[in-house]
Amino acid sequence: MSAWTATPDISIGAYRVWQRNRDVLLRLWKSELVAQLAEPIFVILALGLGLGQFVKLDNGQEYVSFLAPGLLAMFPMFACVFECAWGSYVRLEMQGTYRAVLATPVSIDDVITGEILWGTSRAMLNCAYILVIATILSPWLHMVHSPWAILVIPLAAIPGLLFSAISICFASIAKAMSQFSYFFNLIINPMFWFGGAFFPIDKLPGWAQVLAWFVPLAHVTSLYRGLLNGHIHGSMIIDVVWLMVATALFYWLALRGMRGRLTE
Amino acid sequence: MTTIPIEAHGLVKRYGTLTAVDGISFAVQPQECFGVLGPNGAGKSTTIKMISCFSPVTSGSLSVGGYDVRTNPRAVKHLLGLVPQEDGLDEDLPVRKNLEVYARYYNLPKSVSGARIDEVLDLFQLTEKANAKINDLSGGMKRRLVIARALVHDPQILILDEPTTGLDPQARHLVWQKLRLLRSRGVTMLLTTHYMDEAAHLCDRLVIMHRGKILTEGKPLALIAEHAGEHVLELRMSVEERAGMLGELGNIEGIAIEEVEDIVYVFGGGDVSKRIAEQVGDPGRVFLRPGNLEDVFLRLTGRGLLD
Repeated sequence: MSAWTATPDISIGAYRVWQRNRDVLLRLWKSELVAQLAEPIFVILALGLGLGQFVKLDNGQEYVSFLAPGLLAMFPMFACVFECAWGSYVRLEMQGTYRAVLATPVSIDDVITGEILWGTSRAMLNCAYILVIATILSPWLHMVHSPWAILVIPLAAIPGLLFSAISICFASIAKAMSQFSYFFNLIINPMFWFGGAFFPIDKLPGWAQVLAWFVPLAHVTSLYRGLLNGHIHGSMIIDVVWLMVATALFYWLALRGMRGRLTE
Repeated sequence: MTTIPIEAHGLVKRYGTLTAVDGISFAVQPQECFGVLGPNGAGKSTTIKMISCFSPVTSGSLSVGGYDVRTNPRAVKHLLGLVPQEDGLDEDLPVRKNLEVYARYYNLPKSVSGARIDEVLDLFQLTEKANAKINDLSGGMKRRLVIARALVHDPQILILDEPTTGLDPQARHLVWQKLRLLRSRGVTMLLTTHYMDEAAHLCDRLVIMHRGKILTEGKPLALIAEHAGEHVLELRMSVEERAGMLGELGNIEGIAIEEVEDIVYVFGGGDVSKRIAEQVGDPGRVFLRPGNLEDVFLRLTGRGLLD
């Protein structure tokens, strides 16, 4: 049984790791959470209200209405990256907490699964918060058009798991904190700009649309856009399946990477 | 406990082409403090990493409390308390919360862990620091907290990897005192160190490791008697003086002489050593002292730097 091919060894330990992160958040919520609450509001006001006045979409949609699904996809993605790339790396290399935890009956797979579930929880919380803000503001800034929007919250678990797993993958191969700039600048930022949040992908040239199909955030945005606008259609299934397959792949890679990293 | 706490047979660990542990066998008996001594790179920490299921065994067998580390790591880790070289304390949580979170990894119910945490905080004189931040603790306090953390689930076996490295003498002695107390309470201990006084203070039995192998095994006093003798004579003398003295000593049986830079060590000299000491007279140049573990260690592992 090699550390690389073994089936996941998961127990209640994964929940213990999740609990540890929750306890830290409950202690630090004033500094960690409050500042994060303000940002989506600023972005809605700046882009939706400010920039939106100068943007005309083909279908006559208001820009803020176009933007909303992208924000619901994007900010939770950043929550995952914060928890599972940066946070995991600090616990792995700088604070040495993973090694201390592994001396207990908790396994490596428990640690990684717990971290990914925690990143997912933060993402869902973040997503729910933005949806509430968007709904409250909707009488003035038309962002939520359908009760289907409520499905965004449970569905946010899928991109939450995916972006957390991708972040852990990177943490598992990072040799130094400084390498995270590659992750942010070459993976997360392009996803932010080209993930369909700011402009419609279907207006791009054909080759760019093909490329965009491989961008995970684009599928999240497309899914949420359908739900917020109440346009339920078959391609949403494709988006969900695409995201689930990618999640399984990156979860497997995250376990492999961290088993290699944490086994001497 | 009727099973042997820790038992290794032909234990090997290889990293690529480097053999860190090269076929060692030992058994730690219930309620003893077993020392693993050796210079840097001897394979001490690697052995501990295999025992604590952190590093997979390359070959040979290794069991803890009767459980094979390869097939039953969770059971093994339940039995062990580990004090690693690096503290790995959770800097995001204060002292007591560190222990609470740690107890939860062992699935201890709160009703049990609360009392247990009070007990270990008290034992390691950290009760007053229960709400302190980790980064506000001194090195000695952090070390004590790491040992307290290893005891939170009341393990039968405590593994300590260089527990006092980097501590000042006061902090070291406090840690030793606590470890002796634990030993008297029947906790089985396996301890690595390269401080000979630490091993002499704490260990009932020890092995000396070098380049992945066990060179010798025994009780500290027996090892001293065997490898260093009751007395060790240290002489600081010029090359000319030395020649005559060495000639005289060389004819006596059962004596071992070692020349290291400007010092001549005479092991097992008995009455001859005493006579030489009186003859030379100058206490700045001659020193007759009891043999100690450091003599044993240096004689067996050599005096060259190994890093």
